[in-house]
Amino acid sequence: MKAAPRAPFHSQGKDPVALLGVSVTGFATALILVILAVILGSVVLQGLPAFSWRFVSTVPKKDFFDIESAAVLPMIVGTTIRVLVMTVFVMPIGVITAVYLTEYARAGSPYTRIVRAAINNLAGVPSIVFGLFGLGFFINFIGKNLDEFMGAEGPNFGQPAVIWASLTLAVMTLPVVIVATEEALKAIAPGLREASLALGATKLQTILRIVLPNALPGILTGGILAISRAAGEVAPILFTGAAYFMADLPKRLTDQFMDLGYHTYVLATQSPNIEKTTPILYATVLVLLLLTFSLNAVAIIVRARMRQALRAGH
Amino acid sequence: MGLKRGHKARPVERVAEILIFTVSLSTIALILLIFIFVGREAFPVLLGKTNSALIQPVIPAANLDQLRPEEVREYLGLTAQQFKEMDRETLMALMESREEASNDIPESFRNDPDAKANTTQFRYLIRPHQWTGYDRPEYIWQPVGTIHKYNLMPLIVGSLKVTLIGLLFAVPVSLGAAIYVSQLASPRVREWVKPGIELLAGIPSVVMGVFALLLLASLLQRIFGYQFRLNAFVAGIALGLTAVPLIFSIAEDALTSVPRSYTQAALALGASQWQASWQVVLPAALPGVFAAAVLGFGRCIGETMVVLIASGNASTMSWSVFDSTRSLTATIAAEMAEAVAGGHHYRVLFLLGTMLFAVTFVTNFVGELIIHRLKGRMEGRG
Repeated sequence: MKAAPRAPFHSQGKDPVALLGVSVTGFATALILVILAVILGSVVLQGLPAFSWRFVSTVPKKDFFDIESAAVLPMIVGTTIRVLVMTVFVMPIGVITAVYLTEYARAGSPYTRIVRAAINNLAGVPSIVFGLFGLGFFINFIGKNLDEFMGAEGPNFGQPAVIWASLTLAVMTLPVVIVATEEALKAIAPGLREASLALGATKLQTILRIVLPNALPGILTGGILAISRAAGEVAPILFTGAAYFMADLPKRLTDQFMDLGYHTYVLATQSPNIEKTTPILYATVLVLLLLTFSLNAVAIIVRARMRQALRAGH
Repeated sequence: MGLKRGHKARPVERVAEILIFTVSLSTIALILLIFIFVGREAFPVLLGKTNSALIQPVIPAANLDQLRPEEVREYLGLTAQQFKEMDRETLMALMESREEASNDIPESFRNDPDAKANTTQFRYLIRPHQWTGYDRPEYIWQPVGTIHKYNLMPLIVGSLKVTLIGLLFAVPVSLGAAIYVSQLASPRVREWVKPGIELLAGIPSVVMGVFALLLLASLLQRIFGYQFRLNAFVAGIALGLTAVPLIFSIAEDALTSVPRSYTQAALALGASQWQASWQVVLPAALPGVFAAAVLGFGRCIGETMVVLIASGNASTMSWSVFDSTRSLTATIAAEMAEAVAGGHHYRVLFLLGTMLFAVTFVTNFVGELIIHRLKGRMEGRG
């Protein structure tokens, strides 16, 4: 009898092709991680010098390129508001759609297949097209008609505003919420539903009292993913609500707002002296990344707490 | 059956189900709404209803009463709603100002054939045209100016150039990493790489644009020594970086969905781990890798902020990757603010949006179809 085949990792050392293959794929992996580290590292290192409490807590003057008075409070407020308003719209619709798909619809029926295709397509629509949609539908159609209906003097709804930017983002992030909620619903043991039904609960009661509470951590994750995706998006809000400069914080949903991502774009492309303003740019990027990552962190903590509470409850 | 009967007997349950079903229609409704409302603004261009010519036929204001209302409305370019609200005086004033405007056209344009051309016609949008003052036909996108030049080719070429560079960078890197992580790496390495990729996915595209603008552009210029600091190449690489997480996760998914028995069979026959992954697992997962590239294409061609910040934004027709470039997305983002709502510039920009929507619609459809088939096959055999 011949000797047994050698263990795979032994032969790898002697086969030059295999060695090359492993090194090349390993190098590709390392390259991604190195680039990531360079991006995050440079943002932190170069962003810190201009970053201060004053920078995040005051309103800038009209000339926000001036390094002495540059600040980002209105942008933090604007981005936070547009993301929160978006959540109010996207969560109910996304969760209910996912409930229909997992609890009511027959898997593989033509209707669910069409809905799924729509979800996939919605997820792939370019963000700038969402911006055009927001402009063409929300502002020029709904907003203008609302103005006419209310008989307002001049445009009130028919112009860029927080509400339209948030709705546009809600349309964009709908697939994220649906997919995450579906996963959470599917992860619930079927026995739990069956037990509830066997005890005489109706389908709706089972969904409201058993399925949704158990899926809450997963649903929250979907919300967080949607928020962190939306917080950094600029293209959809370019024509639907972002303002170059505003002296005041937005007070109503029909106000325009300043935005961290859009402000980053303005700093990067319209600076009168890019070398002088680079520290502000980096500090703004740092705040943007801190905001997205901290939103994530808060949600992760909430989710962990909720899991514990659920476990204790059972 | 018992459950079903009980369920039908309860009106609340029935109403709730109908409501839930209605909400679930929202995704389909939204896709249709996007198509309708983005397309609606672009439709007049496709129908030839827009006219961007500098010199247009003038009807003397005195002739107002001899015209049919429909003719007046069309002549003044008003919507039915606007027309209804206007009295005779306003219409007269509009016609007079139209007459004056045409008298104000500088003498130099009077005999220029380009000034009479409706540049939103298809031959001006697609084919090269020899404009007055040029010595040969050229593709020109210059929407602002006395004569509006709306040739789409520089933008389409720009988008394709940037997207292909992005894919040439992102597909090999992501695929390599996906093979390494799913087949070769130890679990400990995997635990490091996956959150890393997620973190990369969480970096907003505007930040990637800034990274390209400040660091990547200088680095690549030093290595390759080309002339323009911001160009299609820099934008393409940064674009590729934004697509890496998507391509990686789909490719990795496809590779892991190949049944474990394939690898085990190969190993049992004496193949090394590398041979098993390269010659057995990868070919089996190839449709998934292809789908990843297709979806990556859709992602890259639709990305806005990276290209807007890092490509240099010159809308010249050029196939060179080291020239400053403008993409379809960046054009919409940069020019929509200055376009008059309802005007020809506005409509042509919406036409660009409709094209983007159509392209990504097709790539998504194809990509998802391939993935669906592959999953079905793997589950069927595995």
